[in-house]
Amino acid sequence: MEILGIDEEKVKAISNYKEEDDWVLKYRIDSYKKFCNIMMPSFGPYIDIDFDKIIYYKSNDYNKIENNWDNIDNNIACEFRNLGVVNSEKNLDGLGVQYESEVIYHNMIKELEEKKVIFTSIEDAMKKYPQLVKKYFATIVSNEENKFSALNGAVFSGGSFIYIPPNTKLDRPLHSYFRINSKSMGQFERTLIIVDDNSELHYVEGCTATNYSDSSLHAAVVEIYVGKNSKCRYSTVQNWAHNVYNLVTKRALVEENGIMEWIDGNIGSKVTMKYPSCILKGDNAQGTCITISVANNLQQQDTGARMIHLGKNTKSNIISKSIAKNGGNASYRGKVDIKDKALNSEAIVKCDTLILDELSKSDTYPTNICSNNTSNLEHEATVSKISPDKLFYLMSRGITKEKATELIVLGFIEKFREELPLEYAVELNQLLKNNIKIKKVIKLKIVIK
Amino acid sequence: MLSIKNLSVATKEKEILKNFSIDINDGEIHAVMGPNGTGKSTLSKVILGSNDYIVTSGDITFNNERLNDLTTDERAKRGIFLSFQEPISIEGVTNSEFLRTAINERRDTPIGLYEFIKELDSATSELEMPDGLLHRAINKGASGGERKKNEILQMKLLKPKFIILDELDSGLDIDSLKIVCENINKYLQENPKTSVLIITHYPRILEYIKPKYVHILLNGQIVKTGGYELATEIEKNGYSKINTMDGKLENE
Repeated sequence: MEILGIDEEKVKAISNYKEEDDWVLKYRIDSYKKFCNIMMPSFGPYIDIDFDKIIYYKSNDYNKIENNWDNIDNNIACEFRNLGVVNSEKNLDGLGVQYESEVIYHNMIKELEEKKVIFTSIEDAMKKYPQLVKKYFATIVSNEENKFSALNGAVFSGGSFIYIPPNTKLDRPLHSYFRINSKSMGQFERTLIIVDDNSELHYVEGCTATNYSDSSLHAAVVEIYVGKNSKCRYSTVQNWAHNVYNLVTKRALVEENGIMEWIDGNIGSKVTMKYPSCILKGDNAQGTCITISVANNLQQQDTGARMIHLGKNTKSNIISKSIAKNGGNASYRGKVDIKDKALNSEAIVKCDTLILDELSKSDTYPTNICSNNTSNLEHEATVSKISPDKLFYLMSRGITKEKATELIVLGFIEKFREELPLEYAVELNQLLKNNIKIKKVIKLKIVIK
Repeated sequence: MLSIKNLSVATKEKEILKNFSIDINDGEIHAVMGPNGTGKSTLSKVILGSNDYIVTSGDITFNNERLNDLTTDERAKRGIFLSFQEPISIEGVTNSEFLRTAINERRDTPIGLYEFIKELDSATSELEMPDGLLHRAINKGASGGERKKNEILQMKLLKPKFIILDELDSGLDIDSLKIVCENINKYLQENPKTSVLIITHYPRILEYIKPKYVHILLNGQIVKTGGYELATEIEKNGYSKINTMDGKLENE
């Protein structure tokens, strides 16, 4: 089944096809109505999407989530082998893979099943664990938040559901991989992660898409609940093709003594608007967001983070590194809000931008609010070019200008790289090297006879 | 052999070197001395093709190849090495990444990790540098002296044929200066064809690395050339008393 364009009947059709319970269908319809009424974002890059031309849902032939690559269509399995996804599984505690609208693969090591860890698709979870899903679903990101969270609520499909029971620590990450392969395809995965009290999870997400000239849309919603004394780290590097609008709402609710860490890389896409957030609800809760954005070839990366301090002694830390090149625009947009009851809280924001040429730009749009007088909020921002002194120093050791630039750029985002799992950091280095390559100037010699 | 002929160099504001000439043969050690602001550091950077300066006339050749049109990295790969007066630090770029990249630029096949670490370890211990340098960013949090040692560490690993030492002793305490100079002298013994250009304000460094020729640079030109004894004369009388043969000292 394929759904092109959107109206209420089409939203119902998706729900029927998925054989969903009533409460899910109601939520979808409610979200669709909100989607119709909410305006496009009033800030950020210009978004030019023809909602009638997007494919909102595309089923695959299985209707079933496999846990063995041999049972998956050979062409698709091959694609994921070539992307290195299949091979990465040996370093993980679990792997989930989504192709177009549906999750096609899910697997997790035996020990986690024994510990009652749940790692599956959101649809599967809605059927098998409705009470658990209902308790958290849409409570952290509401469907009236913005136009794209409403759209996600109407047509969401796929995405991960993770439940980590109390007193459970995972040794290695769980990983989900999302791929768009069709033209004009929209991907609307919905991820819900619950890390119950005294537990720990590292979740890694990757994504790619085939490049087409028509725009496609990725409008995901990620909700994370971090229980008391728990820790969740969410690492992702998006490398969407340059025709993808990547408009994502990600938020975590952090209870007492909980820690949430967003490690967020944005290299691909045409336009990205993404501001991972932490609501530091419990006392002593901590939130960190380390984000990098690379805007190359007219890409627009409008990224940042939001930290809302509600509890006492809460701490937040935002590190944002942006690189703009070849007419790209990499901007920081962020908000830190220390509420009046969040006494003795601390927030640090550090945004650094590296602009590689005259065509590119970067802006910073910070909103920093501190509503009590026992808290501290620091904001620091720098904008720089590649320093000629640094280039000269590296080149004086025999390193070409191209490689020297590469070293300086990779050095600039070192803070981010060192937070990524090793295999991922290697992949990121390669991605960045491909992205920041200096175009060789071809010198023409004109001989006049 | 490095040969500079009638080199004039300027910035947007002013002329710095005027018709400067020097020949440095293989295996020779030369010192260029002069007071502040006479163009000594300019000379060192111009040899490596810094974009801060404009060469208005003249040629720089190295082993009969004209360097003027070569980029900085190409000059370095010909075997020219500059120990900077004030080495900078570079955020996030580890010494390991940096040195391996630089070494690999000079080789057809990349250096093996084991071979690299072995070479680096022996060089750092000869320079009495602390362990753990490998994963630290270039000169991050390093003192002036540590930075100078790092320059000579790079020299040892990159194995140049022509070494420029720009104010080597600045920032180095006397013990470190000795260690650094011992390392340079050892390198010169092992590689007797290597030439050195010492650029210095103070004669002290010349007690450790003995030059064959000493040139006095004033207002962008060499006004006097002599042997090691010229440095002693400067130590005693300073630059103002230099008795130039052609009286160019007074020309401004």
